[in-house]
Amino acid sequence: MFVELGHFCLILALFVTVVQSTVPIIGAARRHLGWMAVGRTCALAAFLLIGCAMAALMHAYIVSDFSVINVIENSHTDKPLLYKISGVWGNHEGSMLLWVFMLSLCAAAVAVFSANLPPALRARVLAVQGMIGVGFLLFILFTSNPFLRAATPPANGHGLNPVLQDPGLAFHPPFLYLGYVGFSVAFAFAVAALIEGKVDAAWARWVRPWTLASWCALTIGIAMGSWWAYYTLGWGGWWFWDPVENASFMPWLVGTALIHSSIVVEKRDTLKSWTILLAIITFSLSLVGTFLVRSGVLTSVHAFATDPARGTFILLLLLAAIGGSLTLYAVRAPSLQGGGLFAPVSREGALVLNNLLLSCGCATVFLGTLYPLFLDAMNGPKLSVGFPFFNRTFVPLMVPMIIALGIGPMLAWKRGDLLGAMQRLWVAFVAAALAALIAYYVTTGGPVFAIIGLALAAWLGAAVIAEWTERIGLFRMPLTASLRRAIHLPRAAHGMTAAHFGMAVFVAGVSASAFDREAIEVVPLGGRLQVASYTLELQSVDPVTGPNYRAERATIRITKGSEEITIVHPERRFFTLQQQTTSETSIRTNFLADLYVALGEADAAGKWTIRAYYKPLVPWIWIGAVIMAFGGAVSLSDRRWRVGVAQRRRLGSAVLPAAGE
Amino acid sequence: MRRLLYLAPVGLFLVLAGYFAFSLRPGYDPHTLPSAMIDKEAPVFELARLAGNGTIGREALKGHPVVVNFFASWCVPCRVEHPLLMRLAQREHIPLIGIAYKDKPADSARLLAQFGDPYRDVGMDRDGRTGLDFGVYGVPETYVIDATGHIRKRFVGPLSAEAVDHELLPLLRTLGGS
Amino acid sequence: MRPLILLFLLLASPVGAVEPAERLADPALESRARGISAELRCLVCQNESIDESHADLAHDIRVLVRERLLAGDSDTAATGAVVARYGDFVLLRPPMKPATWPLWFGPLALLIVGAGCSLLWLRHRPQAAPAPLDDAERKALETLLREDM
Repeated sequence: MFVELGHFCLILALFVTVVQSTVPIIGAARRHLGWMAVGRTCALAAFLLIGCAMAALMHAYIVSDFSVINVIENSHTDKPLLYKISGVWGNHEGSMLLWVFMLSLCAAAVAVFSANLPPALRARVLAVQGMIGVGFLLFILFTSNPFLRAATPPANGHGLNPVLQDPGLAFHPPFLYLGYVGFSVAFAFAVAALIEGKVDAAWARWVRPWTLASWCALTIGIAMGSWWAYYTLGWGGWWFWDPVENASFMPWLVGTALIHSSIVVEKRDTLKSWTILLAIITFSLSLVGTFLVRSGVLTSVHAFATDPARGTFILLLLLAAIGGSLTLYAVRAPSLQGGGLFAPVSREGALVLNNLLLSCGCATVFLGTLYPLFLDAMNGPKLSVGFPFFNRTFVPLMVPMIIALGIGPMLAWKRGDLLGAMQRLWVAFVAAALAALIAYYVTTGGPVFAIIGLALAAWLGAAVIAEWTERIGLFRMPLTASLRRAIHLPRAAHGMTAAHFGMAVFVAGVSASAFDREAIEVVPLGGRLQVASYTLELQSVDPVTGPNYRAERATIRITKGSEEITIVHPERRFFTLQQQTTSETSIRTNFLADLYVALGEADAAGKWTIRAYYKPLVPWIWIGAVIMAFGGAVSLSDRRWRVGVAQRRRLGSAVLPAAGE
Repeated sequence: MRRLLYLAPVGLFLVLAGYFAFSLRPGYDPHTLPSAMIDKEAPVFELARLAGNGTIGREALKGHPVVVNFFASWCVPCRVEHPLLMRLAQREHIPLIGIAYKDKPADSARLLAQFGDPYRDVGMDRDGRTGLDFGVYGVPETYVIDATGHIRKRFVGPLSAEAVDHELLPLLRTLGGS
Repeated sequence: MRPLILLFLLLASPVGAVEPAERLADPALESRARGISAELRCLVCQNESIDESHADLAHDIRVLVRERLLAGDSDTAATGAVVARYGDFVLLRPPMKPATWPLWFGPLALLIVGAGCSLLWLRHRPQAAPAPLDDAERKALETLLREDM
């Protein structure tokens, strides 16, 4: 019964979003307030309806309702509850439902938190989001319906892919989708602005929190995915430049550019049509990613059951959404006049450079991901584009990016003093030189790229701190005075500092991976192996029975010198239902380095293959990403986004609070 | 000029969409790879016969066009194409050479006893080395080799009746076989 | 969108990569072999290198590469032996040839064009651009916005 109810809710949601995508936009054109207000009601109703559909599917999974094809194919009664719940989006149909649910969540959030928007703008934004909702609801209902029943329910289901039976599945897709879909708000704002033909500081101020929120979610989502790969794969890889990873990384790159360019629109009233274009492209890349993953045109390790009909349907959606918005852009954007003159060396100039490098970076990833497809379509040779390509093209683009990232915030708006900024950054130069020397000494001349990377990280970290101390006047005035300054500084400024510092931490983590040590040995029980300065002793391997797997669980004692560090228990799990083996690695971290241990197969003589890795600074990759997202969240909490709102609502003509920073 | 600049994004997107549409065309599978060995001489190999009587080598492929089929008893798709191979051998009289890829002789023999033996000769590629030299990346794979011992075509995965009628047999005819 | 992103469906057993038994005794040769393997794509698992993959075919190719190196082949020759069998597709670093020029030089060309456009735009913006909003204008803007409501 719940399943039919869910199905019905989904169909009803389609009709509601059809209304949401038409009535408000007509209302806005005719300046009819009642019609415009329909958008808000519809967005909330669609959210509730899709939420009910989601709950119904989840219920079917929890009670193992094997009359539903989707549940049969992806669940099993023996599966732990966590994976019954997260398994809802562990398949194509369910993940599309999650996608649409996130979309309706964003639309509902816009409906609730946009009381300060001019009604016409709000109506148009909600209508555009409604249109996207209509497209994807149609897609689900016609090609990927999770509520279809089976004629003869089997006694049990096929189970969930063992690799997905990991807590990572509970959090990674929801964050990722929230990120992807969150950019639909910026997209909707851009399209609405194009319809109105008006982009100004107020527009930028409205869009920014939404962009920031989705950027934070996407950052967390990507980082979680990469961490998941890191601890599951058994050899510590965390990024593969796989097409599906690239599909999530491209919106992140352009989204980052968008956050920065919208600052220029807000503060200096220029870069308008460019910012609109970025807003359109960011969400378009999310859509293109959906297409690439679910149509089967690209080969990837992240396989989905693909189907040409789905591919064709999504392609039509792309044509409507991206083609439509870009056509509107071509017609309307030329009339968006920018103001705000500035010299090339200025804060604006630095932000333009940021946009240039991030866009080129994104284009590089795009080219690397899709060039094999183009070549194939032109009857060219079959090619592979893997990490060596991206290391040689994308990474060099990010070097000037990191350098400029240290200097940019030091430059004044309109006209900056490059030499002065460099002088104030002497600390950063010293830090970079020291880091390079230390890295060179410690690794006795290790890989040159790693040394450059660590120097860049030190440069950026020191530059960010230098800028922050200068801003709050630390060391220049009494501590209480600078504390007061720090408190009165807009949260957005602290957020920027944190996010940029997170980037420095991330760069350090990435660069240091060149110093990894590895030991892969066949070890008998009681045998030892050595990695870096640690000794691992394989004490025992015991059979363990899990809810739906059998496992071999090793007990490995780790010592350093004569001191015992810890005992770890890596496992090999064998899932009887799927006849598939997964690896549970053990990671011992002190936040400066990871000791990573994976258990391999046993040979005929009862010896076990042990893989042990010592990975300095690797945890910083994810710590850095979390700091970045935290910076975004701090910036999001800035009073300006809300104060401006309340004032305008109450006083009507209140002056916008002076732009901070 | 300025207008053109604003048209560029939608133009680029349409080109992209064209490529996407192209790669969705029916019958196109991005997962199949062309062989790098086309028009090259078949690699040297020396495999024990399944029958147990001596070895089979590259020389066995020369003199007239042959079809080399990599199979294994553990490979499920191989059973799908098996009836077609039987038809090729019995009705079309195509000389088929079987290479059992990473298979135990007893298992291969049982497979051929159960479903029929379409091969003129079967070599045992126990360690998969000959498969590697041919550029095999998954069984079944089928190679058409001309009279001079050069590889002319490869089929990846189980043969289909369509591929046999429209590609394999016409190619053998032009090569002057059977 | 990638859900299931990190859905390593094709990795039947995830503890992968080089097996101790495959390794060469000579550390210098072995490290060359690792370097070569890292840049060769595993055909069965599509987007993994053979150094990372535990697929049977990846194992065979790793052994092939090591045999070539033991036989005294250069890195290029050892890679060439694999390319001869499987084509350019196995190279994770696409070879530099006319068909891949757009790929290899595209990013740089884009950067140059992009930088050129940015500079042109900086130089040739309408000189009579309005000054940034002063307080009065801000007020006016607010009033306009209010009228919209």
